[in-house]
Amino acid sequence: MGDGVMLIALLVATLRAGAPLILAGIGELVVERAGVLNLGVEGMMLVGAVVGFAATIGSGSPWIGLLAAAAGGAAMAGVFAVLTLGLRANQVASGLALTIFGVGFSALFGAPYQSHPIPGLATVIFPDLASASPLVQQVLLLDPLVWLALAAPFVVQRFLMRSRAGLVLRAVGESAEVAHAFGYKVIRIRLAATLFGGAMAGLGGASLSLAYTPMWTENMVAGRGWIALALVVFSTWKPHFVTLGALLFGFVTIAGFQANAWGIPVAPNLLATLPYLATILVLVLISRDRLRLKLNAPASLGKPFHPA
Amino acid sequence: MRLERRAAASGLMGVLAPVLAVLAAALGAALLFAVMGKDPVACLHTLFVAPLADATGLSELALKATPLLLCAIGIAVGVQANVWNIGAEGQFTMGAIGGGAVGLWLGPEGGWFVLPLVLLAGVLGGMGWAAIAAWLRTRFNAHEILVTLMLSYVAVQILGWLVRGPLQDPEGFNFPQSRQFEPAATLPLLFEGGRVTIAALFALAAVPAGALLLGRTLIGYRIRVVGLAPGAARYAGFSETSAVWFCLLLSGGLAGLAGVSEVAGPIGQLLPTISPGYGFAAIIVAFLGRLRPVGMLLAALLMALLYLGGEALQITQQLPLAATGVIQGMLLLFLLGADVLVLYRIRIGGRAHG
Repeated sequence: MGDGVMLIALLVATLRAGAPLILAGIGELVVERAGVLNLGVEGMMLVGAVVGFAATIGSGSPWIGLLAAAAGGAAMAGVFAVLTLGLRANQVASGLALTIFGVGFSALFGAPYQSHPIPGLATVIFPDLASASPLVQQVLLLDPLVWLALAAPFVVQRFLMRSRAGLVLRAVGESAEVAHAFGYKVIRIRLAATLFGGAMAGLGGASLSLAYTPMWTENMVAGRGWIALALVVFSTWKPHFVTLGALLFGFVTIAGFQANAWGIPVAPNLLATLPYLATILVLVLISRDRLRLKLNAPASLGKPFHPA
Repeated sequence: MRLERRAAASGLMGVLAPVLAVLAAALGAALLFAVMGKDPVACLHTLFVAPLADATGLSELALKATPLLLCAIGIAVGVQANVWNIGAEGQFTMGAIGGGAVGLWLGPEGGWFVLPLVLLAGVLGGMGWAAIAAWLRTRFNAHEILVTLMLSYVAVQILGWLVRGPLQDPEGFNFPQSRQFEPAATLPLLFEGGRVTIAALFALAAVPAGALLLGRTLIGYRIRVVGLAPGAARYAGFSETSAVWFCLLLSGGLAGLAGVSEVAGPIGQLLPTISPGYGFAAIIVAFLGRLRPVGMLLAALLMALLYLGGEALQITQQLPLAATGVIQGMLLLFLLGADVLVLYRIRIGGRAHG
């Protein structure tokens, strides 16, 4: 492979590693913009990954798998919504509970599928992938989920900033009381945002189990749900910065994989810590500016709203 | 159906909600077993009753409840100050590494001082790991939920590296494991024939100590004020910074003690995996026990029972071990749902007045 193809391969690998983070992160960004803090992203991604995988094997179609993954993530978000919006439970505790449940459920549901490789999404779409030239091969590896991940921030940015519905959603996130006084259905809007976030997290999980790996292994999301949550903070709730952060993480992950090939003699276990350490680093860099964080965060974030 | 706010939180419901949640989770578990084609009654018996039938079972129960209780008490103190230490798993791991490294380094020679040093290193390992989160939170405003969690993933990888690298057993046929600890660096058993060590006594001692700390000391009072009314706490001059430091160091130290007690106890060496998720399950214990030490003692025993019963289900009913995780998750979800009854009354029909 020439240097040019190598560079493109690195770029493609970065995009593919970043896509799950963008999908889940953009979903959570919309949820948080509506004033809801759902810490269950990791659990929703795991359920999306395993449900999508099982549905793909069962139906033979990855498209049905993707639908199932989105539905699975949304169903998990529905549980969160029942607890926090319906029964007024603490959002932080409920999100943690959702993740704990998702870890267990996905491990149980996925036990029969453990370590059973399937053709990746790119191979399903382009069966001749293996025989294509190296350059074409790299470009074709960019499966529809990567394109969706690259497009989603633009769509969400436009929705939030240029549409009436987006304006209402932001109003609910800034001040639920005022939005309620104006006659908007705060709970219904928050429910819709939460379900959307769940569906996106489900797709993020499926992009791991159907395209990136592609197989199901227990706990395969490996903290990416939490990294996605950190990315939303890093982005100061602006969609395009989620993409930027996710690609940075994609690159760090790939660099970790490649380090030994590049002749950097560091133990694999230590290289595997890089994305987590990078998360802490960006979190520190962005959070130290308290004022900036406060000005950009949705003012009602994490605060429950109970209409009288 | 609608919710009507109670004039004051219901003490009765505060006690009843966990009981309701346990019953609902048992019902959910029965449903799960039925869906998986097993006899629900037999499975429930295996899960909740069979492990308690003999002395071995009771001793294993105490063994598993010990780390859960130690981690949960630390987490619960933090939650009262609105400090969320979700990374007890990582502090547990660093405690095991700290104590394990000292034990291995001291080697065969030694005396009475070896074990205290090992335990101290374990506590300091957990504290040190939590201190990173405390520093980043107080100095840079980085949220401790994400930092403690990320550090958990890092700690597990560090352990994985150590048992394949610097601390690997040279005579271990290249298995990822350390040498066995010397008897001098191992916790004494509570009684012959079981696997429970004196660490169970540390956990038991932490119950009255935790109750005393929260209920009868100034620092405990400050913690609760910082959690309930941050504005009032600031006005009264109670520093949030010191509350964050105190809570994270305390919970990190307790989790570290739990970690070192596992490796210098039933496990006896460092392995890549030393915890079946005790640090995360302890979050459930903390909530199920209502953040009160005595409640958490009961909750830790129940969670330990779920671990034991889960293992028994795997052996006798061929159910995946992951079923335990699902039941644990359901338990916490149901508890958070049932908690609505503490602050609200459910009214059926009629309209809200006013």
